[in-house]
Parts: sequence; structure tokens; C-alpha cells
Amino acid sequence: MSEGNLQTVATDAMIPHPVTVRKVIWENDDTFTLTLDVNGVPDGFSFLPGQFNMLYVYGVGEAAISISSDPTKKATLEHTIHRVGTITTALSNKKRGDVIGIRGPFGSSWPLDVAQGKDVCIVTGGIGLAPLRPVIYSLLKQREEYGRIIILYGGRSPLDLLYRVELERWEDEKNVEVLVTVDRGDSSWKGHIGVVTSLFSYIKLDTQNTVAYVCGPEIMMKYTIDELERRGLGPDQVFLSMERNMKCAVGFCGHCQYGPTFICKDGPVFPLPRIRSLFDRKEL
Amino acid sequence: MHIVEVEKLNHLFKTLQSKGYTTIGPKVRDGAIGLDALQSAADLPQHYTDEQAPGSYTLHKNGHKAFFNFVVGPQSWKKFLYEPRTRLFSARKNGKSFEVIPDKNGEGKRYAFIGVRPCELQAIAIHDKVFHTGEYVDDRYQKIRDNIFLVAINCTNPGGNCFCVSVKSGPAATQGYDLVLTEVATDEKHHFLIESGSPAGEEILRDMPHRDATQDEIDCAKRMLDSAAKNMGKSLDVSNIGQKLNDNFEHAHWDDVAKRCLSCTNCTMVCPTCFCSTVEDVTDLTGEHAERWRRWDSCFTSDFTKIAGGNTRMSTRTRYRQWLMHKFAHWQEQFGTLGCVGCGRCITWCPAGIDITREAARITDTGVPITTLEG
Repeated sequence: MSEGNLQTVATDAMIPHPVTVRKVIWENDDTFTLTLDVNGVPDGFSFLPGQFNMLYVYGVGEAAISISSDPTKKATLEHTIHRVGTITTALSNKKRGDVIGIRGPFGSSWPLDVAQGKDVCIVTGGIGLAPLRPVIYSLLKQREEYGRIIILYGGRSPLDLLYRVELERWEDEKNVEVLVTVDRGDSSWKGHIGVVTSLFSYIKLDTQNTVAYVCGPEIMMKYTIDELERRGLGPDQVFLSMERNMKCAVGFCGHCQYGPTFICKDGPVFPLPRIRSLFDRKEL
Repeated sequence: MHIVEVEKLNHLFKTLQSKGYTTIGPKVRDGAIGLDALQSAADLPQHYTDEQAPGSYTLHKNGHKAFFNFVVGPQSWKKFLYEPRTRLFSARKNGKSFEVIPDKNGEGKRYAFIGVRPCELQAIAIHDKVFHTGEYVDDRYQKIRDNIFLVAINCTNPGGNCFCVSVKSGPAATQGYDLVLTEVATDEKHHFLIESGSPAGEEILRDMPHRDATQDEIDCAKRMLDSAAKNMGKSLDVSNIGQKLNDNFEHAHWDDVAKRCLSCTNCTMVCPTCFCSTVEDVTDLTGEHAERWRRWDSCFTSDFTKIAGGNTRMSTRTRYRQWLMHKFAHWQEQFGTLGCVGCGRCITWCPAGIDITREAARITDTGVPITTLEG
């Protein structure tokens, strides 16, 4: 390969880099976490919490997947992936030592600077916890910089919950509250049952002094926004992460348009005021 | 301002070819004006005139001596700058791993576009904002774009679906060209007014036989262009159109359009500014070789917005709304310009004859009557 070609690789956002799968952990029946070795990526790999990558399976295709690992760990990356379609199924078949393609990181991030000195309320449902896990790691790493950390998390059933060991570990941290609810319990479940917004009745928010990060199904985010607004959080205190079909991740393919925004480059994380007026528009 | 006599027009081709350009321009193809490689001026569709109406296109050979007496055909220059199908990369299997080989698409391509209409210059300027001057640069677009030479042709005879005046893209080119021509073909004379718009254009002009234009010749061309501006087949009031569309997001007329729209994607394929694409991953039979291709896509296709959690736009109504609102509302916020250049292609090539100017006017409730050349 000539030097000219190498330069193209380094500058062209459309070209994936091969990376090795280090570990596959099944979080539940249809969701797994891939740990990737990114040591070989030219110029290294660093990302901000909330950003995503395009993961490529040789010959099969690409999917946009949020990064769910600790941003301070530079050698490996984790992606928690819900197995639903062709590409995520192909990704789910990967084993330690297999190679997939990666390009990224893309998109906006959860703004941690606005949470400095404030309480943080994380509201999430299902796989929505994955793009928020890097935030939780970052907050805990610099614990003294922030106030209370409240994590409200809703899953379909106890067995569907992600990161169960970590959820317990986070709960043990000082000044961290973790409240989990499920749509349907099972015989072993002694926790909350109901939608994630029902958890708001168990916490008291210092509304003037709280920043909320929200990620989950759109209907869940809609009700969460309503609840946060009802409790007096200003729109400037609320951030959410959106999902749309993506082919390019850099604003060329047009698929992810959400009104005037491109989810891939303007998002996926938006301050609420940027998209508040779009949220009630059906089939936008 | 200079004059190139009609019999010297071929010097333009020769000069550009001597500088290494592949000369591309309008050419009759399948009963329409297409865009293709041209060897000489003799390949231009001289004597042809087109007639366009909603859902209708006819090409006549009527003996008129002009070389450019037609407007835009179904193809636009985007087919060269942003190719309908582009291989993004190849990959070769290598044990458990694979090696990615970026494609060299665009490298070594040196196009001179001859006969670019003012609306199409605007379309290229718009694609520049999408692919060339934004946060991300499309490597493929850039390689081709950086090496093109643009010869614009002003429009003295607008078509039945033209409305460039409404969106301020024509009928005279004001920027973005290397050379601009105005063809004057009357009973007494046949020549081209020519003006350069760049150092590269200046250089080509220097190598061509030309003379200074007289004031009369300049005035004559100006009169023709002024008259063209008053002769648009269509019109659309775009003042505050983004806000008006946003205010009418649930307007009943969206349902009316949806009843006629076939979701065939023709409008998006012929549109010179539509830029959506999808990707296809393929392998050979052995699986040793894989490729990823990008191809034009359309927001009218049913799986355009499909994700694991469902499909955002389920109906023709919402897809048409996305398309029209993107052109006139969202584009302004995304790129600081309208996404429509008034070329009328989407009106001509819609099999149902859906007229964007009429639909937009109805939805924005401006009550602007539809103007046509022949009433």
C-alpha cells in the first residue's frame, strides 16, 4: 500500500479500521457486550460519553452502536448491543479473537461540564443505559465534582436488566441512588414494577440544582420530559439521546434526519430545547 | 464581455481537451436531453427544443439553429460529482481478520461540464455545502469537485416547469462558473456572449478565438435574459416558507398529495440537490473478497427510516412531507440555503404530475395562483 493510500485511510471517515474482539459478555438473552482492542487504530482512540461508532461485520454491513465503556480506558472499547437485525446478529456471532471493523467516534456527547457542582439524574430504559454508562463512570471517577447521582432505570423484566453487578456496585457508592423498575416481575423480583417515570415518586429532586440525562425509547423519553418539566426542571437542565436509521454517521446519507437536525452529527445527544418542538410531531 | 462566433464554439471543446479535461455536456439520448461525454460541438443537441409540463416531457427537432434551445433534462451533474453508485472500499479476508482497501474513486477524473444551467450551478453550490465545506468532507466528491471546469449557459428560453426566478437561481448565472455563455441565435446573427468567472476560465478564454462584445450585443443579451426572467413556467412564493411549512405540519393537503403520490422516488432521483444515499455490502462467492457500495437512496422508500424500534415514517403522506419540508424548511436550518433550485425536474418527471410549486403553495396557504406559459 502506498503512503498516499495510508493517508486516505487516516482521513476518510467512511473507511473502517479492523479491530479484534477481546471479550463477549451476554448481558441477557438478546443483549451482549463486545470488548474491542483498539490499540491498533491509527492515532489511538478516544471518545466522549454518549458518542457512537459504526461497527462493520466483514461482508455483512454496518450498524451504529453507542460506546458503553469508560472513556479513560484507551486500549479497549465496549459496545452493548441488542441483537435484533442482520448486522447485530452477525456481531453476536463474534468470538474472542475475531476481527470486526470500526469507524468513529461520531456525534455529540453528554455535557458533563454543565453538571459540575450539581446533582445528576439519569433516567433510562432498556438498552438506553448503555450510552449512559460512560457518564456514570466519568461521574464516579471525579465524584467530588458532582452532587447526588440518581439513576432511574426501567427494564422489561428482571432478566432483561443490563449491568446487574455494576448496578449493585454503583448503589454502594456514596451519595448514589439507584432505583430499578421492571414492566413484569418474576418470583425472585422484590423491586419496583411499572414504568420508569413511576420511580420519580420515590425521589426528591433539587430541581434548581439538577441536570437530567435521558435515554430510552421515545415514548419513555416523552413521559420523562413531561415528568421532569412538571417537577420544575428547566429545559436547559435536560439532555436526551436520540436514535434514527444511519448509514454514514457524518451527515451525508440523509437517513437520520429529524426535522432540521441530523441525529448523527448534531446529536445523538441534544439539549432538550433544541428538539423540544419536534418531540410531539408524529412521523417527523 | 466577449463574443465567440458560433463556428468557433468547437474551440472551447478543443481547448479544454488539450488541458486534459473530459468534455461533458447535453446530448440527445433516449428521446431526452441527457448528459454525456462530448467529442465536439457537433455532439451538442443543436436544432432541438424540449417541451415540459407536469408529468410530461417531449423533445422536438424543429430546425432552430440554436445549440442550447432546451432546458434541463432528467439527468443532472450530480451523476458525475456524486455518482449514483460508488464503491467506498474493498476488503480482503486474511485469516480471522481482513484488510480494508479504500477505493480510488474520483482520482484522475478531470471533467469540464459544458452547458451548466444557472439553477444547476446553484445545485452544485448546495452539494458543496453538504459534501465539501461542512464538518465532514466526502473524499470522493472532493476529488472530482476540485478538478472540474464549469461552463455555464444562461437561460434565454425557460421551460414550462421552470421557476428559478422564485428561488433566485437564474435565469442568468451570477457566480460559481469558470466561463458563462449566453447564446444569441436570431435570424441575423448567431454567436455566444462569453465571460470568465475565474482565473482558470480566463486562461481558457485566452486560448480561444474571441473578440470584445459591442454595447449593442451586451444589451441584446441582457434583454433576452430580462425577458426570460418574466417568462417562467412556474412560480412559488418562498418568503418565510420554512416557518409557513412548519406552521402547517398537519395541513390536510398533505393527505391530498399522498393520494396522488406513488412513492416512486422519481422526484428524488432527478433532483439535482437530493443527496440521500444508502450502502450495500457484498461479497464474492468465496467470501474472500467483500465490497461496500454507496448508492443514491430516496426518502420515499419504505425502509429509509427503519430501525430496530420501528419505522419513523410509515406513510406516503409523511414521506412526501419530509421531502418537501426538507427542501424548503429544514435545508435552510441545515445549510443556510433553500434545497430547491427551481429546475422543475421533479414536476416534469413525476408520473402523477405532482407539482411542487402548487403543493407548497396550497400547504403554505399563500393562495398564489398557478401560472403557466400557455395558461
